[in-house]
Amino acid sequence: MEGWVDIIVCLKQVPDLDKIRFKADTREPVLEGVPFKFGDFEKNALEAAVQLKEQHGATVIALAVGNPKLPELILEALAMGADEAVLVTDPALEGSGSAAVALALAAAIRKLGRGDLVLMGEGSADNYSGQVVGRLAELLGWPQVTYVRELELDAQSRTLRAVRDLEDALEEVTVPLPCVLSVTSELNTPRLPPLTAILRASRKPKTTWSAAELGLEAAVAERARGLVTTLSNLAPAQERKQQLFEGDVDAALDGLLAAIAKEGVL
Amino acid sequence: MARALVFAESDELAAELLSLARTLGLAADAALLGPSAAAAAEARGQYGAERVFVCDAAALATVWAEGYAHALASMVSHSGAEVVLLASTRRGKDLAGRLAQRLECGLVVDAIAVERQDGRIVVRRYGLGGNTVAVERVESPLQVIACLPHSFEASPAPTEAVVVPVSVELAEPRVKLVSRSPKVAAAVDVTRAERLVVVGKGLARQEDLAMIEELARLLGAEIGCTRALAADYHWLSEEQVIGISGKISRPKFLLSIGASGQIQHTVGILGAKTIVAINKDKGAPIFRTADYGIVGDLYEVVPRLIERLRQRT
Repeated sequence: MEGWVDIIVCLKQVPDLDKIRFKADTREPVLEGVPFKFGDFEKNALEAAVQLKEQHGATVIALAVGNPKLPELILEALAMGADEAVLVTDPALEGSGSAAVALALAAAIRKLGRGDLVLMGEGSADNYSGQVVGRLAELLGWPQVTYVRELELDAQSRTLRAVRDLEDALEEVTVPLPCVLSVTSELNTPRLPPLTAILRASRKPKTTWSAAELGLEAAVAERARGLVTTLSNLAPAQERKQQLFEGDVDAALDGLLAAIAKEGVL
Repeated sequence: MARALVFAESDELAAELLSLARTLGLAADAALLGPSAAAAAEARGQYGAERVFVCDAAALATVWAEGYAHALASMVSHSGAEVVLLASTRRGKDLAGRLAQRLECGLVVDAIAVERQDGRIVVRRYGLGGNTVAVERVESPLQVIACLPHSFEASPAPTEAVVVPVSVELAEPRVKLVSRSPKVAAAVDVTRAERLVVVGKGLARQEDLAMIEELARLLGAEIGCTRALAADYHWLSEEQVIGISGKISRPKFLLSIGASGQIQHTVGILGAKTIVAINKDKGAPIFRTADYGIVGDLYEVVPRLIERLRQRT
């Protein structure tokens, strides 16, 4: 079928950041029992894929690397309109940084043997480093366009027109398929799936691969994992005074203005 | 002496990175890419670049990650650099991932502090969506670091930079630039404001911004906002959004009004010296980030505060 494209949407499973608590003494994050979710930017990527499907008749494949909770979480992506899901779950990849995740995504895309367009969020909700997009594009040997806030597909010429949102300018570019794109929240408003779609989601095809099944050698994954080590990851030391003034507004303002006068900041 | 190669799209950011390289005890070189880029060689020398590698290929006329990564990778091997310093802007991050993969090395972006311990670069950056400060060490022989703009001070160190032309065989860019429309220069640069009033969804109507503007004028402050006020309501510009997907501010004084204090936002205010928050919900997380807080309705507190400030002037 003319103009047919396979769109792969990469999703990152992240802990629900609003539910993370910290140990008072060590300032360590407590991640046990914190539910997982997908980041908001990933939902913009998925929505973009589903809109392209509605306009051009594409197949949308949700692709994610994560832990054993992933098969349950992926139902949300399938309910939002992905047609099938490919999951990479492997203890060897858990907690991996961008380099190892990019390797796993590239291996999964190669094994799938299809995919004309890869979409992802501008950054993950937890690390927001945005380095997977460039790493993945380099591994696949495809061009990349990042921070996309407007997107159109010309199915005939298999070319995308995209507007990138940079700090000082908007840049309109064209790029041929296949390519890798990252999108910003300005691109669209992700849909809330209707109940019927949620019910249907569990019947859509799901494939789960381990790193070995992807042909990803343990040594290669381990090397990618070891490129950056996290020495510590703690809540910042609480240096704020947290002094609250309540009750009568004028009295509160007296207190506040006296306090900041002492700080010498006004 | 170990060497660093610095690349940034502006003279200002390159100056910050060259200064950082010297602070880390690294000999600094700079990279310039594009047909007329050589003109900036002297500017790089002003901040201590010993050598300036220049690739003036026509294919680099527009910024595209693939070609820039290709040319920079070639300069890295020419220069013998162990450390590559980039700016953590959107263009910088676009390039950083591609370059790190091409060089098969470790990369940390959005660095807010950088040290060198036993020859390895150790970086601080916000983690877990801004909940934490992560300390990360790059273990690969070559280390790529993208640094948040204005996190490092530029200090001049005039040097007679040696210009080294580098020729790289580049393919025709696959990404083609159709047009570039510069954003209307933001009236405010919240990343540099000394005083900042930040407004959140507690503000009920767009016309109430007049009150916030009056307060900011009296304080000599710029105005920033949470994401919703720009992206959802369009009351303020995206340039004013403070947070993980917006700007990181470092004012001396920050007054937060009607912002609940979601972590995605507060990561952008943590660098402020003194933070004051006004919010009607005593349990709002913003008060945990604040030095002083007034628990009260902003519609009562702000007009009275304006009155007080008027009396002072």
